[in-house]
Amino acid sequence: MKPEFGFREHAHTADWELEVWAPDFPGLLEQSARGMYSISGMHLQKKGHRVETIRLHADDAESLLVSFLSELLWLEQSQGVAFDKFSIRVDDHYDLLAELEGSAIASIDKDIKAVTYHNMAIEASLHGLRVSIVFDV
Amino acid sequence: MVTLQDLKRISDYEWEIPQTFRQDMRVPVRLFSTRRMLEEVMKDKSLEQAVNAATLPGLVGHVVVMPDMHQGYGFPIGGVAATRLPAGVISPGGIGYDINCGVRLLSSQISLEAAEPYLDELATALNQHCPSGVGEKGAVRMTEAELEAVCRQGSRWALMQGFANEADLRRTEEGGCVEGADPTKVSKRARERGRPQLGSLGAGNHFIEIDLVEQIFDSQAASLMGLEQGHLAVQIHCGSRGFGHQICTDYVQEFQGAVRRFGIHLADRELVCAPLNSPEGQNYLGAMRCAANYAFANRQILAHSARKAFEQVLAGKMKDWYLHQVYDICHNMGKIETHTIDGERMQVCVHRKGATRAFGPGAPELPDEYKTIGQPVLVPGSMGTASYVLVGTKASMERSFGSTCHGSGRLMSRHEAKRKVRGEQLRKDLESKGIHIRAGSMAGLAEEAPQAYKDVDQVVEAVVGGGIARKVARLRPLAVIKG
Repeated sequence: MKPEFGFREHAHTADWELEVWAPDFPGLLEQSARGMYSISGMHLQKKGHRVETIRLHADDAESLLVSFLSELLWLEQSQGVAFDKFSIRVDDHYDLLAELEGSAIASIDKDIKAVTYHNMAIEASLHGLRVSIVFDV
Repeated sequence: MVTLQDLKRISDYEWEIPQTFRQDMRVPVRLFSTRRMLEEVMKDKSLEQAVNAATLPGLVGHVVVMPDMHQGYGFPIGGVAATRLPAGVISPGGIGYDINCGVRLLSSQISLEAAEPYLDELATALNQHCPSGVGEKGAVRMTEAELEAVCRQGSRWALMQGFANEADLRRTEEGGCVEGADPTKVSKRARERGRPQLGSLGAGNHFIEIDLVEQIFDSQAASLMGLEQGHLAVQIHCGSRGFGHQICTDYVQEFQGAVRRFGIHLADRELVCAPLNSPEGQNYLGAMRCAANYAFANRQILAHSARKAFEQVLAGKMKDWYLHQVYDICHNMGKIETHTIDGERMQVCVHRKGATRAFGPGAPELPDEYKTIGQPVLVPGSMGTASYVLVGTKASMERSFGSTCHGSGRLMSRHEAKRKVRGEQLRKDLESKGIHIRAGSMAGLAEEAPQAYKDVDQVVEAVVGGGIARKVARLRPLAVIKG
């Protein structure tokens, strides 16, 4: 049986495609972040605890997902930090408040250039929500 | 889904998806490919993406797709589309995140015989002089003012800093500087990402390669380019690094609102766009040109670093170790050009995503020494296979907006490549063929395995057969440096 939440890679000729599913939208954002870190081969340092608060607004759910992941990519590439604990709230107007905990990056295998909107549509499923995300690598 | 039955055969190397294929297409799609390669490409979404691209407002002529096509995001890789000025659109996703990713080729008078004892040392020196790998900082640290100068001047900035000579600039597309760059349209985040990375290769499919000029097909053109059979050449493949990635990310996000304001219906949200004569379109154009100039300067500094590596290893051991610029070309760009379409001369914005400008003989944009032969086109293969030097033709001006292929094109997903190929084994296999490998990551090396790519010979056969390029020389890899 498929677990309640998670992610898995799908074949894409040039880039990386990730299918993500979760019971609700904050869960989908968290799993998408974990999936993005996973495909980039991210490992965190044990020390140097880092806390970050992110506030975002978007016009729709897909835009908020792309913005959230792009924000994490920005923090990864400009400050060398990533996160493994997520507390995410999103209201009906697509205002997001995320409190994240993590640390400095110990190692990373893959440079993700960007999160794309390619064919992105968050869909309701039997288990909650699902989405496919294509990352430019 | 597009099938072979939907295609109209123009010739053995040229096919068309008619505009009637889907109601929202504004122009047909022209494919340069062999039937066999088309059958292979039907396995991914390249053609569906080409049809989506053919729905953009303001398109003229047809969307063109090259034989190295494969599935990308929004546009297919290998796609070319032209929108008419002033009101046609510009699409950041139709240009790509790695703005002005491109290739530079340097020639030498170094024979394989003379260089052979030093090839391993040369690979090590290139690896040391040219920073590469995920998140690696560049060879140059810049202030904010210097970054602005790079944005405005591109390779000319590199020349003033002593990283280039006049011939390097003359033999670079656009002379290494696209006019109209506007750094005020670049975000603070893009600047922060761009400042530390100039003069770095990056990772993924970017590389520096020492090649052997193995075969000459056109001795006059090869001679003008300084390519001699049996001599070494160097290829550099990279782009605008995090600077370009962030600029594209910023504008793809911003344009999500613009398409609603302009009432543009999209087949895929990654194709977001804005009219070229709108403030949004002009802002992106100004920012994109900054990234283009950054990429020109980046490849110039890497070429300078490669020269230093060659000097370090070969000076005193041979008389002439210098690396001379053959040409530098762009793969991912939106450029304002004048073309004749349906008998009418018009200004268009040519989007090339994973495609190379290939202007034919006589084009005023070419340096004097190449005006008789056409623009050099550099087609890298994969690590273990050949690369080609081609030139643009009169037919490329008429049939593909002066464009041709950009590489061999991926065949296999990265996931599948990693599953089928072990990086360490691949390195051993390549080294057993006499190819010296320096790679930052074995997993990254496996993703870029030669078997993950199409046969470059077939790709070149298709563009030559289609008349949109001519063969000049074939190169064989001797050493590969990957991030």
